[in-house]
Amino acid sequence: MTDIAEFEEDVPAQDRGRTRIGQAVLWILLLGFVLLAPFFLYPVFVMQLLCFALFACAFNLLIGFTGLLSFGHAAFFGGAAYICGHVLTAWGFPPLLGIIAGGLFAAVLGLVVGALAIRRQGIYFAMITLALAQIVYFFALQLPFTGGEDGLQGIPRGYLLGFINLNDSLNMYYFVAVVFLVGFLAIYRTIHSPFGQVLQAIRENEPRALSLGYNVDRFKLIAFVLSATLAGVAGSTKAIVFQFASLTDVHWSTSGEVILMTLVGGMGTIFGPVLGAFIVVALQHVLTGIGSWVQVVIGATFVACVLVFRRGIIGEIARLLKLHSV
Amino acid sequence: MDDTILEARKIRISFGGFVAVKDVDLKIKRGSIHAIIGPNGAGKTTLFNLLTKFHRPTSGQILFNGQDITSRKPAEIAKLGIVRSFQISAVFPHLTALENVRVALQRKLGMNYHFWRSQKILRQLDAEAMARLEQVGLQDFAHTRAVEMPYGRKRALEIATTLGLEPELMLLDEPTQGMGTEDVGTVTELIRKVREGRTIVMVEHNLGVVSTLADTITVLNRGEVLAEGPYEVVSKNPQVMEAYMGVSAEEAEGTDA
Ligand SMILES: Nc1ncnc2c1ncn2[C@@H]1O[C@H](COP(=O)(O)OP(=O)(O)OP(=O)(O)O)[C@@H](O)[C@H]1O
Ligand SMILES: [Mg+2]
Repeated sequence: MTDIAEFEEDVPAQDRGRTRIGQAVLWILLLGFVLLAPFFLYPVFVMQLLCFALFACAFNLLIGFTGLLSFGHAAFFGGAAYICGHVLTAWGFPPLLGIIAGGLFAAVLGLVVGALAIRRQGIYFAMITLALAQIVYFFALQLPFTGGEDGLQGIPRGYLLGFINLNDSLNMYYFVAVVFLVGFLAIYRTIHSPFGQVLQAIRENEPRALSLGYNVDRFKLIAFVLSATLAGVAGSTKAIVFQFASLTDVHWSTSGEVILMTLVGGMGTIFGPVLGAFIVVALQHVLTGIGSWVQVVIGATFVACVLVFRRGIIGEIARLLKLHSV
Repeated sequence: MDDTILEARKIRISFGGFVAVKDVDLKIKRGSIHAIIGPNGAGKTTLFNLLTKFHRPTSGQILFNGQDITSRKPAEIAKLGIVRSFQISAVFPHLTALENVRVALQRKLGMNYHFWRSQKILRQLDAEAMARLEQVGLQDFAHTRAVEMPYGRKRALEIATTLGLEPELMLLDEPTQGMGTEDVGTVTELIRKVREGRTIVMVEHNLGVVSTLADTITVLNRGEVLAEGPYEVVSKNPQVMEAYMGVSAEEAEGTDA
């Protein structure tokens, strides 16, 4: 029993060595990238990667680890971006407090949307989340503080903790890196917690979990709120990075994009959504020159990925190498 | 305490216009093994779903230890001590056998909502989970994922998981369905072993199993109780023979040997 001491879950004996190496390699790659990327790549681009990576990971907590497909996650991401932008601009909040405000807003919104949606399953669940997200979009368009079609512009980055100037791009970068890592670790821990264990049981066999006495709806709701909160943190952070919150952030296409990122990387894997977000965001950047054809290329990439790597890239690698919990 | 652990009074459910369970009265005696038999589509699983609140009865009342549980939720039912299994194998496929049992044991730790705590804390349950696995002869499969286990072992794992909750009342929906003779024997033995100190209600097609295990048999047909009593009495009932025995005489022979 001692040899599994480092695993939080019970990995079949024959796969333990490989799994441990696989996990170590991915952690090193991720941390290495996060620490060093701004020296090789344009920092704002890397910050965008990290924000969407956190968004995708938050989304994955729901679809990959709870089995709920939300088609309205842009509401949390974009809604929080507006709230964060507003409290920074109009009320002069410091950046960290802005992110917290955005996260809290997303949590409350998540509680409402989740409570309404989890009464239904499958496609109906997805449709309810989509419908409610459309309502949020409507408010984003209509409310006076959001700037309507123009969005909320010129959000000040300000000073972190009162003395770190976030207008300096490396300062800003490492702040975003920390937010990302904290969010990523929070999700990692949630998955590997007693709560996460029940979530997995629910995803694998809901009636059975119910018959064992677990209040399935409550678990789903908590997972929904956690996911919404972290999506909100990602959106708020993005608003500070770009100093801009716009209708695109709450648009249904953003909800679609995060599904895409998660599926391409591997839903239900830990590192997959990060990779998926990197790929999609990078493609968008590389292909900006070709205008609206971007969507076609991304769509084609998506179809190819789903056909060739049904479990997503990390998911397929894990399957081939028999790695667990990567 | 009263002799009756579970009682159904005139429970009925209809889906659309179709009445799947029709005003069924049922009394389960504490400490007994009570089998429910009947042809396919008789309403056995639906009756289970009613008793464990997976369905809400259209009318009627359900009492557990004298307490009205008609409007309780499935999760509450489990907490009261009624745990069911399912007709199709109910394991958590990508968890190991040990983890499967631990899911049942974990509830009593009272930290199921603790998403900030490491799962390592669940290791304190490993010894108990292992003991449960040994009880059903699965110790060698502890670190095997359920999906990779043979069918008969999965059903045993289900029973081990159910037992992890120490249920006062256990409802098993066709625990031997789809099993070879050898596995049927193993599961029969297992049920005999674990009946001590609890009540078991089981749906079972295999009359060999029913005749060896059950104290009382209820025959269900088209959602109604056709007959009730010990095996010797029920099996001689002409209506039962017509409705049921004819259909599965071969089945009974095939597995009795
Ligand atoms: N949710 C439902 N909606 C509509 N009809 C249902 C539902 N559940 C069961 N039925 C119907 O009720 C009847 C009884 O089904 P049930 O599954 O209880 O039979 P059973 O006795 O368990 O049969 P088997 O031996 O095949 O398991 C069937 O005709 C079935 O089609
Ligand atoms: Mg049935």
